[in-house]
Amino acid sequence: MIRILYFAYLREKIGFPEERFELSDIADLAGLLRALTARGEPWAQLAQVRNLRCAVNQEMAFPGTPLKDGDEVAFFPPVTGG
Amino acid sequence: MPVRIQTEDFDPGAELAAFSAGDTRIGAIASFIGLVRDAHEAAPDQRILEMTLEHYPGMTEKALQGIVEEAKTRWPVFEILVIHRVGKLFPNERIVFVATSAAHRGDAFHACEFVMDYLKTRAPFWKRERTPTGAHWVDARESDDVSAARWGG
Repeated sequence: MIRILYFAYLREKIGFPEERFELSDIADLAGLLRALTARGEPWAQLAQVRNLRCAVNQEMAFPGTPLKDGDEVAFFPPVTGG
Repeated sequence: MPVRIQTEDFDPGAELAAFSAGDTRIGAIASFIGLVRDAHEAAPDQRILEMTLEHYPGMTEKALQGIVEEAKTRWPVFEILVIHRVGKLFPNERIVFVATSAAHRGDAFHACEFVMDYLKTRAPFWKRERTPTGAHWVDARESDDVSAARWGG
């Protein structure tokens, strides 16, 4: 089981701030994204976000970043602090 | 703590005084304060009434700490302080504070600008603006990526 967090307008699009997800045979972030968007709405919207950013265990991550049970994955738009 | 995330305002004078107190190595302190503007760049006829800052607790602190460490490997600075506010803010309020101390001003200036440029593109904060016609999430600026890219790597 992993924890998935959504921030800013992604949280609003998805409709909730976090969820649990069973990884099964998913090996990396790209695989997770495919599995999520295949579930239909609201997750399908993840595929439409321009410049989607991801973090795994609070570090910036990329499609090839490996995933394992217990990880914390976050999806968010480009940052706008400062 | 060199990195602080808080909802309350900060006193730049008091922060700077504490930042250098007792450290006789310091010859230069550079600091930056960011304020909330009311001018809306995408819609010049609109005024920003208020801004709400969301962040990713845990990752925000780690990302800022990483930026501070990176700056320290690039320039011989003694200390770096970063304060970033979150929650609801109004125009003219302080939002971010960065201070750097070094033996000489060049290192202090460079490290301060570097921390701000990296913070803008790497620290997980998101702004939501409210104008008289509604609220919307602020888009990332390409110019911020350009500023961060100047420093390489």
